[in-house]
Amino acid sequence: MTGELGQLSLCFALALSLVMANAGILGAKDANATARRIAHGAAMGFFVFIVLAFGALVYAYLVSDFSLRIVADDSTTLQPLLYKITAVWSNHEGSMLLWMLVMAFYTAAIALAGRGGPRLTSAALGVMGLLAAAFLLFILFTSSPFLRFDPAPFEGAGLNPLLQDPGAAMHPPMLYFGYVGLSASFAYAAAALILGGGDSENWSRAARPFMLVAWMALTCGIALGSWWAYYTLGWGGYWFWDAVENASLMPWLVATALLHSALATEMRGAFRSWTLLLAILAFSMSLIGTFLVRSGVITSVHSFASDPTRGFFILVLIGLAVGGALALFAWRAPSLQGGAAFKPESRETALLINNVLLVVALTVVFAGTLYPLALDALTGQKITVGAPFFAVFFIPLFILLMLLMPFGPRLGWYSADLKATARTLAPALGAAAVAAVTALVLASPRIATGIGAIAVAGWLIGGSAIDALRRKGARAAAFAAAIAHAGLGVSLLGIASTTVWRSEALVVVGPGEKLTVGPYTLRFDGVATVDGPNYKGSRATIDLMDGDAVTAVMHPELRIYAAGGQDLSVTAIRTTGLRDLKLVLGDDRGQGRWTLSAFVSPLAPLIWLGALVMALGGALSLFGRLRARAPEPKPAPAAVLAAE
Amino acid sequence: MMTKAFRPKRLLLALLLATNTAIAAPLPDAFSDPATEARAHALQRQLRCPVCKGQSIDESGADLAADLRHLVRQQIAEGRSDDEIKAYLRARYGDFILMQPPLESATWLLWLAPFLVLAGAGGVAWGVISRAKKAQESNDSKEIADF
Repeated sequence: MTGELGQLSLCFALALSLVMANAGILGAKDANATARRIAHGAAMGFFVFIVLAFGALVYAYLVSDFSLRIVADDSTTLQPLLYKITAVWSNHEGSMLLWMLVMAFYTAAIALAGRGGPRLTSAALGVMGLLAAAFLLFILFTSSPFLRFDPAPFEGAGLNPLLQDPGAAMHPPMLYFGYVGLSASFAYAAAALILGGGDSENWSRAARPFMLVAWMALTCGIALGSWWAYYTLGWGGYWFWDAVENASLMPWLVATALLHSALATEMRGAFRSWTLLLAILAFSMSLIGTFLVRSGVITSVHSFASDPTRGFFILVLIGLAVGGALALFAWRAPSLQGGAAFKPESRETALLINNVLLVVALTVVFAGTLYPLALDALTGQKITVGAPFFAVFFIPLFILLMLLMPFGPRLGWYSADLKATARTLAPALGAAAVAAVTALVLASPRIATGIGAIAVAGWLIGGSAIDALRRKGARAAAFAAAIAHAGLGVSLLGIASTTVWRSEALVVVGPGEKLTVGPYTLRFDGVATVDGPNYKGSRATIDLMDGDAVTAVMHPELRIYAAGGQDLSVTAIRTTGLRDLKLVLGDDRGQGRWTLSAFVSPLAPLIWLGALVMALGGALSLFGRLRARAPEPKPAPAAVLAAE
Repeated sequence: MMTKAFRPKRLLLALLLATNTAIAAPLPDAFSDPATEARAHALQRQLRCPVCKGQSIDESGADLAADLRHLVRQQIAEGRSDDEIKAYLRARYGDFILMQPPLESATWLLWLAPFLVLAGAGGVAWGVISRAKKAQESNDSKEIADF
């Protein structure tokens, strides 16, 4: 019964999204206040029905209704409650419904916030309605989560053990808040193009909270994904330039460029058409990412969908959304040309350089991810584009970006004094020197590239600190750039040290034997069998030694899950906050001997801490801005009355 | 030659008594020289595990990856250079096995794309900046005229 209610809710939501699309776009015209009210109502109704549909699916998982195919595929009665819920989005169908749920949240937020005036809001709702309708058609025709099994099995197959983990469970909602948030800024950009003329000028201000939320969610989502890879997978790395990871990195790079370019548009009216184009590009990357992951065109750890009709449907959707927006852009953008005026020494120039470098970085990821697929499809030739390719481009690009970064927020709009700015930032060179010397003293071996990278991080963090100090007393939002930039510096510290100074040991150990890795001495005490709720495990006991004294005990594990018989290695990580020790239990070599891998990653936690700091910068920009906006008298209604 | 003192039973007993200080054995084909071991790891990271999803043979737990690691280490032990070992594997598995695609007729566009975009975007940015400069100069001269 709940399945049918869910399916019916989706149909109602589709009807309402079509109403929203029509009424919303009609409401872009001045006189159509009625259409605007209809679009608003349709948006709220759409939201309610999507929540109902999603609720119906969650309920089916909670009560283990195995008559629904995806529930039978991804859940069991034994599964812990948390993983019954998160299993909802562990499969293609459920994750597309989660996408819709997030889209419904953003649609309701656009309708309720009414940013940028009633006409812009209405047109933006119209665009959201079109996107929602396209996705709902996709769900209803190729990916319905409410398909039945007859007869229903007694027990489900169970969730992939790799996904029975809090990090893996929270990763998709986080990323979807990012991906879909970019659909909101896309909707505002397209709305501005539909409106044309003066009313469209404030679109980037209207869309900024959505861009910020999307960017923060992407930053956290990417960090969460990489952290999950780090602690789950049985080797030392945390980022593999895997196509699924790249699918989330591409929208992040464009969203970062967009946030910066939109600043110049909002504050100075500069780069109007470029910012519009970036908003379109950012959501295009979300769609391409979705295509990569959902079409099964690439197969990797994270991909679980493979059905060509779906891929084809998404390709058509990309073609219509991106093609339509670009056509609209080509038609309308010439009328938007403002033609900014600024000196070459100015913040505008700095933002342009930022955008050029980020777009080149995007090209690297885009080409590196899609080129092998295209080459295979066109010529049948198989090549691999792996980490070394990306490193060749990303290291110089990001080092250059980070060297220039402290300048950006210190330069004035329109015209700036480069020499004075350089003098202001001079103490950051001291911070770079301190960082380099610290690395020289502490690190062994002394590897020049590593020490250089640490110095760059010192420069960036120092430069950001100077920026923050110079803004003392300003409102919170003024510190956003300093915090976010410093966050990248913190991440760089972690990335550089783990890349350059990671040590590892791969050994075969028997009971009582010792091994050393980095500064640690470990003693293997053997392996015991354990019974989990839905798995059987081999649990090793390993003592961390200081001389003859045991200072800590660690338990890396190897599990075999009852459903499907899949095995999973559960790593043991011990962190001091500045250094991680990670243990991975390998194969049973017989007679109590096991292979064991140990990795020591200096400063590893800073990689993800830095990402959190970056997101905090975004939050400051968002909330500092909302609070700054609140006490202002509302000029909007008067302006609207005058316009009407 | 096995003398009486080194009979297996005695050896086992000695091992049992000495467990307190016994050291875990490195994997059978690990190099005792740290520099060679590091070189092997670096080389393994540049080779893709052919049956895995984008992992190098250094990271992969697949049997084939273990075999390839063994092969790489054997060839290093035989004194072959990194390039020789890569060429040997490339001849057997094709370009697919190289984590970094070689520059050749099928991949020049891949390698060139970032530079093309850099030139294009850089050119556009240059144009925007010089137009903005002209506009700014005319603004300033207008202000002076107004003044």
